[in-house]
Amino acid sequence: MNTIDLTKLEEGESGVVVEIHGGHGLIRRLESLGIRVGKKVTKVSSQLMRGPVTVRVGNSHVAIGFGMAKKIFVEIKK
Amino acid sequence: MGNPNVGKSVIFSRLTGVNVIASNYPGTTVEFTRGRMKSGDETVEIIDVPGTYNLYPTSPAEEVAVRMAKEGDVIINVVDATNLERNLNLTLQLLKDGKPVVVALNLWDETRHIGISIDVEKLQEILGVPVIPTCAITGEGIKELVSELPHARANTFQYEEEKRWEKVGKIVGQVQEITHRHHTFLERLEDVSIKPFTGIPLAVVTLYVVFNIIRFIGEGLIGIIFEPIFENLWAPWMMRISDLLGKQGFIHDIFIGKLVEGKIDFVESLGLLTTGLFVPIAMVLPYVFSFYLVLSFLEDSGYLPRLAVLVDNLMHRFGLHGLAIIPMMLGLGCNVPGAMSTRVLETRRERFIAATMMSIAVPCMAQIAMIFGLIGQYGAKGMGAVFGSLFIVWIVLGIILNRISKGESPEIFVEIPPYRLPYFGALWKKLLMRTKWFLREAVPYVLLGVFTINILYSLGIIQFLGRLTAPVITGILGLPQNAVGALVIGFLRKDVAVGMLVPLGLNLSQLVVASVVLTMYFPCVATFAVLIKELGIKDMLKSALIMITSALIVGGLLNLIL
Repeated sequence: MNTIDLTKLEEGESGVVVEIHGGHGLIRRLESLGIRVGKKVTKVSSQLMRGPVTVRVGNSHVAIGFGMAKKIFVEIKK
Repeated sequence: MGNPNVGKSVIFSRLTGVNVIASNYPGTTVEFTRGRMKSGDETVEIIDVPGTYNLYPTSPAEEVAVRMAKEGDVIINVVDATNLERNLNLTLQLLKDGKPVVVALNLWDETRHIGISIDVEKLQEILGVPVIPTCAITGEGIKELVSELPHARANTFQYEEEKRWEKVGKIVGQVQEITHRHHTFLERLEDVSIKPFTGIPLAVVTLYVVFNIIRFIGEGLIGIIFEPIFENLWAPWMMRISDLLGKQGFIHDIFIGKLVEGKIDFVESLGLLTTGLFVPIAMVLPYVFSFYLVLSFLEDSGYLPRLAVLVDNLMHRFGLHGLAIIPMMLGLGCNVPGAMSTRVLETRRERFIAATMMSIAVPCMAQIAMIFGLIGQYGAKGMGAVFGSLFIVWIVLGIILNRISKGESPEIFVEIPPYRLPYFGALWKKLLMRTKWFLREAVPYVLLGVFTINILYSLGIIQFLGRLTAPVITGILGLPQNAVGALVIGFLRKDVAVGMLVPLGLNLSQLVVASVVLTMYFPCVATFAVLIKELGIKDMLKSALIMITSALIVGGLLNLIL
């Protein structure tokens, strides 16, 4: 078991969201696009120089700003 | 109502016959549109609203959606069948509000392609409201949707707020089955276009190709169709009228304009029936058409949000995030929809920065077309100078605005839709809509502009203003006094204003200065009106002050350098 934030996930790697460090507003925004505790996300790409992170969740792709992605923690099953 | 990019606008168009712009990216619709539909013997009003993920709005576009939800009697909840879980989240919130709801399970055709099967009857049973699978783009299921509308009912669907997701998950588990399948070509392309090492080169190539297609089609249409029509068919008629009116005089000049060496010159004559029609139809329309053809294709394919992710980093320097590229792209067509689309941005600060940057440094297609006509003959030297200067202005201005504007700039957070092959019928309809819109909006203003020039010249007002503003126009910008006429008319229509530079006999560097200043100094009246509405009067004044100051500084600098 290994918990890291979303920016540290490798391209193509998947993890299950375990924690979101943020207020009510952030949690609500994230969950409205399907990102919430217990969901499996797969990293598609990340842009250079602290650019946004793109993940696949369910059937959709979502781009998340670097700072926001830093607050999302996932667990990778080894 | 429904999540962004689920096809609400397409369903609306199908129901009412009212055409609204629909694309493949979240946030195409930023305003509500009303339309009418016959349902049995009654006529009912249908309202298309922007998309929202929940009932807690985070941008002005979403605020519109939530506000309108309270107004309607029946809610047609459009749901993306390929993302059932996320979409049902909103459905449950709507149901809880107690309004009668009908669910349109849209993008139904795509579920089959990607291996999802949904038990519609079961879903209907659980939700307790009608659920109709639809494929709005082809019209499948629309009839059924209409016939179910009277059966919309409020449901006493209860759940605890904290357990909403749990409930959604349970429903999805009961009705949806997913089968495995292989990746398609489009999906591989999705990955390639968003990974930086392949995505950035791809973006550069795409934009280069796009630019060349626009020029190729635009130039082709002008050279093969429009110029010959005007020169060979229209000109003889105009000469006949000119003869009838005695080849000169006030009335003659208003309709036909001044003859150049005894002939009509469609750019320089400045008559209502000559220049007034030639500029919008033969010079601008071809480019507007080819630009919107390409833009519509990009919109419908789903490429724009990917571009937004790629440029996110750059936009951060300006206190914006990647999505702000959308107002800029739309602004290249016409600044009016560009200004409207700033509504997808969350904060006031972002909207101020984006709107100001766009109205200063992004010339609209009408103006670009005229600049092509004016400076195109000088090749890259002239065009590069104009568009290079504007690009530098865009960047420097963005950096400065980021420093001086107060407030917050949130990060990008956006759904990236799948690539979809644009549907020809929809693309064509959208293209015609935008072209018609251009003709309806542009031609009257061009005519008004040409008319005004004649009046102002014959009353000696341009000459008077020229002497009055000489210190600025000649002193700082290095242009002849009469160029002030172009600046006055530029407020009405920028394309006519650029055309007015032709008879002034400017050299290349003056042409560059004039083109850049005309882009920057002030928006045209149509954009101005929208900006006041979007920014409020106070911010608009601030923005206008920045426009005038920066136009003078940049124009003065260019005059010194060139």
